[in-house]
Amino acid sequence: MKAGTKFAMGAVLIVGAVGYLMASGIKQTGQYFLTPSELAQRVSADPSFYDLGMKVGARVVPGTVEKEIATQTLRFHVTDGTVSYPVVFKGLPPDTFTDSVEVVVEGRLQRDGVIHATNVLAKCGSRYEVVPKA
Amino acid sequence: MTLLGPLSLWLAFLVGLWGAITGFVGGAQRRLDLQQSARHATFALFGALLVAVISLEIGIFRHDFSLEYVAAYTSRNLPTFYLWSALYAGQKGSLLFWATVLSLFAMLSQLFTSRRHRLYLPYVAAVTCLVATFFISVMLFAANPFERLGFTPLDGRGMNPQLQNPGMVFHPPMLYLGYISITIPFAFAIAALLTRKLDAEWLVAVRKWTLVSWLFLSIGLLLGMWWAYVELGWGGYWAWDPVENAALLPWLVMTAFLHSVMIQEKRGMLKKWNLALILGAWLLSIFGTFITRSGVIASVHSFTQSSVGYFFLGFLVLAAIGSFALYWTRLPLLQAEATLESMVSREASFLFNNLLLIGIAFSVLWGTLFPILSEAVKGTKITVGPPFFNQVNVPLGLALLAMTGVGPLIAWRRASVPNLRRQFVVPLTSGVFVLLVLLVAGMRDVGALMAVSLGGFVFATVTQEFARGARARHRQYGEPTALAVVQLLARNRRRYGGYIVHVGIVLLFVAFAGMAFKTETQATLRPGESATLKSPYGQVYTFTHLGISQYNALNREVTAALVEVRRDGKPIGRLRTEKRQHVDALGRPTFEPSTEVGIRSGLREDLYVVLGGLVNGTEQAVYRFTINPLVWWVWFGGFVLVIGGLIVLWPGGGPVAVKGSGASRVQAGYAVKLEPADQ
Repeated sequence: MKAGTKFAMGAVLIVGAVGYLMASGIKQTGQYFLTPSELAQRVSADPSFYDLGMKVGARVVPGTVEKEIATQTLRFHVTDGTVSYPVVFKGLPPDTFTDSVEVVVEGRLQRDGVIHATNVLAKCGSRYEVVPKA
Repeated sequence: MTLLGPLSLWLAFLVGLWGAITGFVGGAQRRLDLQQSARHATFALFGALLVAVISLEIGIFRHDFSLEYVAAYTSRNLPTFYLWSALYAGQKGSLLFWATVLSLFAMLSQLFTSRRHRLYLPYVAAVTCLVATFFISVMLFAANPFERLGFTPLDGRGMNPQLQNPGMVFHPPMLYLGYISITIPFAFAIAALLTRKLDAEWLVAVRKWTLVSWLFLSIGLLLGMWWAYVELGWGGYWAWDPVENAALLPWLVMTAFLHSVMIQEKRGMLKKWNLALILGAWLLSIFGTFITRSGVIASVHSFTQSSVGYFFLGFLVLAAIGSFALYWTRLPLLQAEATLESMVSREASFLFNNLLLIGIAFSVLWGTLFPILSEAVKGTKITVGPPFFNQVNVPLGLALLAMTGVGPLIAWRRASVPNLRRQFVVPLTSGVFVLLVLLVAGMRDVGALMAVSLGGFVFATVTQEFARGARARHRQYGEPTALAVVQLLARNRRRYGGYIVHVGIVLLFVAFAGMAFKTETQATLRPGESATLKSPYGQVYTFTHLGISQYNALNREVTAALVEVRRDGKPIGRLRTEKRQHVDALGRPTFEPSTEVGIRSGLREDLYVVLGGLVNGTEQAVYRFTINPLVWWVWFGGFVLVIGGLIVLWPGGGPVAVKGSGASRVQAGYAVKLEPADQ
């Protein structure tokens, strides 16, 4: 066999491995990124959607944030304007978390209707720039 | 100063256009007057942009808050140190900084390109001017740093506290230097495609400039990791954030190029591949700029969403189509002069190294874009995070680490069995020995075991190379060993500097593996109470909350917590962590509170303490304690990598050009084209 052919086989092997790793990686670790409305829709269409890990991108409802520092529990509501969900998170919120910020909540919606978050990211385009208050 | 800034920006715009036109026309029509004019245009461009930068800095230092940019990013009580970095703290200023650095590189490339590569320079000037003009036009038409407010606020909004960190003063410029300097190899690539002179001479010029930007980008990435680690307080240095990925992508592609270029130099192969890598690296750098500035992909680093993104997207698409169309028309000129002779050859091992690097780059790009892609194709947004990137890249990275050791050991063209035995016995034994030691010590994490034992293997290959080289010099010139090692480095900087870079990579991999053993705990403590954490080495750390102090500093109110640390019962020191509420000159709070991490760095592990907050204003505090093994080795490995890169780059004494007859070149493993001079 010519070296070129052998190399082509090796290359196919590497490309295949990369492809396989990526496909299985996405399958195993990919998470839905939903708005609260989309989440409500999915849950009503397919109840098995409860308990599935996912991310919800929404805005914190001002005035709903309760911080219990002693037990390190954070409770708040998120909304996209139409649907709102309560969130409970155990842990330290990021520095940028306030009661009107856009957040990405990572976790599971459980049957009690509460999103049990494993991670809360204060998603903000305004991280380094103050958004002018209109 | 009110007029000078915008005026110099417009001047730079016109000069840039002029340089682009005269460069292309002068090159195509071989008109020396126009070529000279294009060259001078790069100087004038830099001059004009420098004036713009200076006038913006004067505005910042004079607290001229009628300038929108100055009011948005600085305040009267901002420490002077950070007034400098305010230049690139926001979108508009960083665009100006970007254009200026590009024009500096444009000028340097005109000044420091050797005579032999003169014929490319008009086109290099044209391409660099064109790219700079694009950046200037974005400023003029969408994001002008000299925009006026129409009134003068009493004070500015101040700088985000997370940017008020020494790392943030150096990290963005370094990253920019790397990012921006990729334009120079790209410009040389376009110049070579236009002139059809795609020979070995061209390659030397491109390789050096690629190495420059690779080095800056490496430093920028490392500083960024350091900043994330000491400032953001989540306990790590790499989060696979889209913006981090955007900086990693061109780095990976350039690393691939720096290896595969050797095959082209020695064997005249891979010409198409190498050119595509250069074009790709630059396009990825523009893509990264687009990601950072458009808000298309949610990232913690991104600037405010703005129309600037569309400019970049348009530019990216046009540049990609233009450069690859040109590339397509020149493909017939890029025929390989040799073919692969054996799978067991350095060429083959470099090819696999390239495939792995590009595979990693592709998976990173894919993962970064996946939310957009899945939404476009399936209608639902699916995101992937660190688990995806780790799952894909740990195996690929380990394979790459193995190739780092294998590549330099295999002979060019075709390795013989005795050659393989001679080369591999010691390194393989060392790798296996390391593996056994770790197993006996009780390490069970597969990834970490592989990383460290492969690291042992690669380190042994480098040591073997140095030892053999030094012994040869000792025999030939009678030099003592230490001198022989220094001479090796001095005489063949490219080869031995490259090995030192490999040592840096090994250290980085070992350090990354250490993070597999990260342990952390959270605790709410009253003064005098303590929490314990067991390190992966088996020692028990006790953290005792000593108390809280609150005071005001220049531009912030500080809540500081003090923790006493004991290792196995013996006190080893105190750590302090803070919550800072930044305030303006009138004492009103600005921004959300930020956290200062307490870090005790050691060779074996870092202790990392974060103050989460106080319980209802009492002295009862919430803490997170983390033990991060081997983090120090990331910084040290990065340092070694940079030193190795500098050794390779240091001018003079570089690779000894193989001169003389074709026969001697063939012996040295070079591709030889027989030309009259050789006969």
